[in-house]
Amino acid sequence: MAALFTLNDVSKSFVRGSDTITIFDKLNMQIEAGDFVAIMGPSGSGKTTLLNMLGGVDGPTSGEIDFDGTRIDQLSENQLSRWRADNVGFIFQFYNLMPMLNAARNVELPLLLTSIKGKDRKARVDAALALVGLADRAKHSPNELSGGQQQRVAIARAIVSDPKLLLCDEPTGDLDRATADEILGILQSLNEKFGKTIVMVTHDPQAAKYAKRTLHLDKGAFVEEVAA
Amino acid sequence: MLNQIAAIIAMNVKSLPRRANMSVAAVAAIAAVVAVLLGFLAMANGLQQTISGSGSDDFAIILRANSSSELNSTLTKDQQDLIALAPGFARGPGGRPLVSRESYVIVDGIKKSSDTKANIPLRGMSPEGVALRSGVRVTEGRMFEAGLNELVVGAGVLREFAGFEMGKEIRFGRSVWRVVGVFEAPGSVFESELWADIKVVQGQFNRGASVQTMRAKLAVPGDISTPAAYIENEPRLNADIKTERTYFAGQSQGTQQLVTLGWALGIAMALGSLSGALNTMYASVQARTRDIATLRTLGFGGFATFVGTVVESLVLAAIGGLIGGVVAFLFLDGITASTLSGSFTQVVFAFDLSPQLLADSVVLALVIGAVGGIFPAWRASRLPLTAAFGR
Repeated sequence: MAALFTLNDVSKSFVRGSDTITIFDKLNMQIEAGDFVAIMGPSGSGKTTLLNMLGGVDGPTSGEIDFDGTRIDQLSENQLSRWRADNVGFIFQFYNLMPMLNAARNVELPLLLTSIKGKDRKARVDAALALVGLADRAKHSPNELSGGQQQRVAIARAIVSDPKLLLCDEPTGDLDRATADEILGILQSLNEKFGKTIVMVTHDPQAAKYAKRTLHLDKGAFVEEVAA
Repeated sequence: MLNQIAAIIAMNVKSLPRRANMSVAAVAAIAAVVAVLLGFLAMANGLQQTISGSGSDDFAIILRANSSSELNSTLTKDQQDLIALAPGFARGPGGRPLVSRESYVIVDGIKKSSDTKANIPLRGMSPEGVALRSGVRVTEGRMFEAGLNELVVGAGVLREFAGFEMGKEIRFGRSVWRVVGVFEAPGSVFESELWADIKVVQGQFNRGASVQTMRAKLAVPGDISTPAAYIENEPRLNADIKTERTYFAGQSQGTQQLVTLGWALGIAMALGSLSGALNTMYASVQARTRDIATLRTLGFGGFATFVGTVVESLVLAAIGGLIGGVVAFLFLDGITASTLSGSFTQVVFAFDLSPQLLADSVVLALVIGAVGGIFPAWRASRLPLTAAFGR
């Protein structure tokens, strides 16, 4: 498989007062198209920072991040917005649905960044909601849905514009075991049936078992890789 | 981009009820600014229209030279006779010039609103005087008769002052007068006057044969050049002639101070409400930090976020402006009041809320909204996207 992501000598540090805090120092990694990678590690190991950099939400201090031939570390803020809209679906721990919009409107949001017309947008929203098993909840607002249902809506929102990459930040961190398994099953299905490349940050070893491989981060470096 | 902006605006507006308290406070502050500003402007507008609207190009007013108002003008009998001979005045039956000799004295009245004394102008005029004014109509009773202590009362005086009803007798000093009629002169200062026969007024108030002003109908409307040249070249005259319109336009200049005061107060209050709007919008951005960061993470642009926040502020301001405008319109438009005129007498006028004033005040509200929204909107557009991942 071809590499979708290539990180070359990526360093990331923050200046806090007179101190410089280094998160990563010359980190290298590759993620291939169609991969499902779980990233685990203790708090402060840099999991979320890595996810942010993969999603173009945060930039490296130095080094190269190549996504399918595009150096995203060199893109401007506006170019990154466009790139994220075209290529990345985000799934957050706390779902991050817009509370004033119903499920369908939430799922439609990424499509508003495309040139797809209203009728086609609706068809895509319906299909995405059906895929996560919530076709009958399209008109429900987030506060009328359970945590698991809200996360399904978030997954539908992440896949509705058919991005290559799904970035998941503790997607089951706020859910009970049974619901978490349902959500992870959906992610696994998106990876296996639809070829989505998934990078998932998690604390949960059970969740990591759904991934094809698990990378363990500690103090800004990969210390172990476990294949499924 | 338009899709993004429209979506963010819709979300921001839909989420307003979630921040009801702050939103209502901002709307109320802006509504108060607009209502107060409109109150001042409507008052100034009504007063200005009443004073300047009293003027016509058909008539001329002759005063002693350099007199700023009727009250400080005097014309002797000789001067009156010379002025009556001036060319350029229209002539009535028999070739008599259409002029009125007018005496202007101040009498006391009791204001209904405050039960306090206030000055009312009592105008003594020649029989021709009524015809030398536009739009005067006797609505009750009749005009005064020459030689009798009779008054006709302006409708404004009747509304604002006690004791001037038809048939009532009124004492001014040692003299007693009877109300024999009521007249209307819509939208003019004349409605704030009492009218009586010139000779009776001169006699009762010890004015001898002098008058304050003369009034004449011009042969050519608006053209005072002929009588002005005559007055200028007549060495026994020391007088100014103005068209009635020019005279009252000069009298209304004082109302500009009211307009200035209104705007100064309005802008001072606007600065206060601006801080309210800023707080509201900063709180709004703060409350939606994760929502905004999430949208931007999904790919929504900073510009769309900026515009959405400014529009939210504008919507609040527009609601406040409209409420302030409606309140001012319902409670102020058309109400009558009286105030001291340039002649130290009361002029009765109606508050007048013109569409232009309403538009101006809504523009002020929108300016408050725009300025109050720009800085929070800038913050919203610069929020770190990592806030979307916040715990």
